[in-house]
Amino acid sequence: MIRAVLVGLGKMGLSHQALINASPDFDLVGVCDKTEYLLGILSKYAKVTTYTDYAKMLAKEKPEAVFIATPSKFHSDMVRAALDAGCHVFCEKPLTLNPSDGLRLAELAEQKGLVNQVGYHFRFVATFQEAKRLLNLNVLGPVHHIRAEAYGPVVLRPKGGTWRSEKSEGGGCLYDYASHAIDLVDYLVGKPQAVGGAIMNSLFSRDVEDEVYSTLYFGPGMTGQLAVNWSDESYRKMYTKITLWGQNGRMDVNRQEIQIYIRDKAKAGDGLVEGWNMRYTTSLTEPVWYYLRGEEYSAQIAHFAETIKDRSKVTGSTFRSAVDVDLVIDAMVRNATDASGLTPIGTK
Amino acid sequence: MALERILFGDNQFFGVNHMSEEKARAQSIRFRDTEEIIHVLKIAYDEGIRVFMCTTHDRIEEVCDYVRAHQDRFANLQFYPCMPYAHKYANAVTDLGMLGALKSFLPEENKIASLFRGGMSVARRDIEGMLTLFVDAEMKMFRGLETPVIFLQNVFTDLILGLGMHDVFRMFADHVRSKYKAEPGFITMNTPMLLDSLEGSGLKNPIICSDINKLGFRMCGGMKKYEELIASGRFQPIAMSVLASGAIPPREAIEYVCAQQKIKSIVFGASSRANIHQTKSLIEELTRTEDIAVGVA
Repeated sequence: MIRAVLVGLGKMGLSHQALINASPDFDLVGVCDKTEYLLGILSKYAKVTTYTDYAKMLAKEKPEAVFIATPSKFHSDMVRAALDAGCHVFCEKPLTLNPSDGLRLAELAEQKGLVNQVGYHFRFVATFQEAKRLLNLNVLGPVHHIRAEAYGPVVLRPKGGTWRSEKSEGGGCLYDYASHAIDLVDYLVGKPQAVGGAIMNSLFSRDVEDEVYSTLYFGPGMTGQLAVNWSDESYRKMYTKITLWGQNGRMDVNRQEIQIYIRDKAKAGDGLVEGWNMRYTTSLTEPVWYYLRGEEYSAQIAHFAETIKDRSKVTGSTFRSAVDVDLVIDAMVRNATDASGLTPIGTK
Repeated sequence: MALERILFGDNQFFGVNHMSEEKARAQSIRFRDTEEIIHVLKIAYDEGIRVFMCTTHDRIEEVCDYVRAHQDRFANLQFYPCMPYAHKYANAVTDLGMLGALKSFLPEENKIASLFRGGMSVARRDIEGMLTLFVDAEMKMFRGLETPVIFLQNVFTDLILGLGMHDVFRMFADHVRSKYKAEPGFITMNTPMLLDSLEGSGLKNPIICSDINKLGFRMCGGMKKYEELIASGRFQPIAMSVLASGAIPPREAIEYVCAQQKIKSIVFGASSRANIHQTKSLIEELTRTEDIAVGVA
């Protein structure tokens, strides 16, 4: 068993706590948060050792692995402290609010040979993994466009009150929702080289954006578009969709299914027929040891454990790939305030 | 008490489909009016289904209002409430923070204020008080209706189970039994681990509702382990997601579940008379009569 601690007991943190605690790989030896009433409950009923001081927890418990699920602005310092203590680190996304901080952390982790992973859990959703496998088989031929979309019901009223409504704390739809869509783009087709036409617009939030749109530029002949809105309650929960167009067809992927349209089956392979092909999560998903809200949350933690046990590999969602996401986010923020690329509509 | 063999679920009414987002959307469009839900419920009732197993979704309250006002039409309809409706809370936590969300859902301001005043020491004593307030808030919509089994929804059950807060299950069971004269039920995706936990908390022969299907989809702990535990008779199993959202053909799906003879009940959701009739008939056809006798005993 790997001795592990967890810091940050919000929604994601508590969910991680349940999964780590139920995991056959980890021994959860401490949790840390500022909220004392919650710690009181956990200490009494979940019988876990609780801390309000992260540094103290690291010093006292001497964990091998640290899970970080605090508000994003704390990530950088906490990850560094964990790496300095020689711990493997699983950090929630986004890795940091400043890509140069993230890059230094990625370098530090690599230099120390420590396992590092960021909670981009869509990489562990069976349908997106299947999409990646099919793209590696080149079933679509050269891909010329990718569309990444994410919608959901997070901010539906003009009201703040949590760190998600504070720009300086990594709030906003860009960090919270768009980061997942950008990461999926990175996972499936690699990092874009430039962004343009970035739009960040508030619908309800006072200080942060509720919708984000942008064009993504890859190599020659390859573009993408991003459309993300966290104020869309027509979706019951976060809905993420990737659409890819290639010379040999198209692929629509969400967490439940993949629809693949094939132009020429001889060029596709993998048993695909011409026209539409359907593959569903019900047959693609591998069983997990414990289920809470989605197999991917367990799968990413199991993957972290496997990588700690087999240090010859790196994780499928490293600090370095998370820095790529932060760099794209950073470029979008800069582009959104840059009006120089606008082309006015002519009068005739 | 004896569980009904066939239970009518409500996922189809709220755009939940584990296989297809398009199907889910089509369902949300069809059921945007509660009247349409009631219409389907009437079909199910006329087909002889007597239990509606439903989440505490806001719109279920309207269904409850209707059933209360039309007792003659639904004379023998029972509800098996499942609480809480998770997304309602998850979205509120994102919006308001953990404590804010709790406060927003629990009605009695003063009671809550006193629960949290004093921080940790109060929390230590009063998690039971908080849980009972929360169950009562969720149960309000069912006032005056038959609710012989009350379930903890899987997101909550599996969160508590994973955290190892086993006492919470017993508190829930105690409250449901004493205040509502109902049997506690637990929905989970992790039956083997949950059964150990419940037995460890002194809850013998518990009612556990979980995915049980021929694909082994979302049967954590493994299909074989599930089959062994079901056969052991240590709990009262209710099978859900038997069709795996349509991934398994109906006859094959029901055959598998009915072959597990200790399964007490099957819950399914459907939106058309034809599908309701077909699924119900298949369950009846494939359930051997001696199994039903066992189920009633």
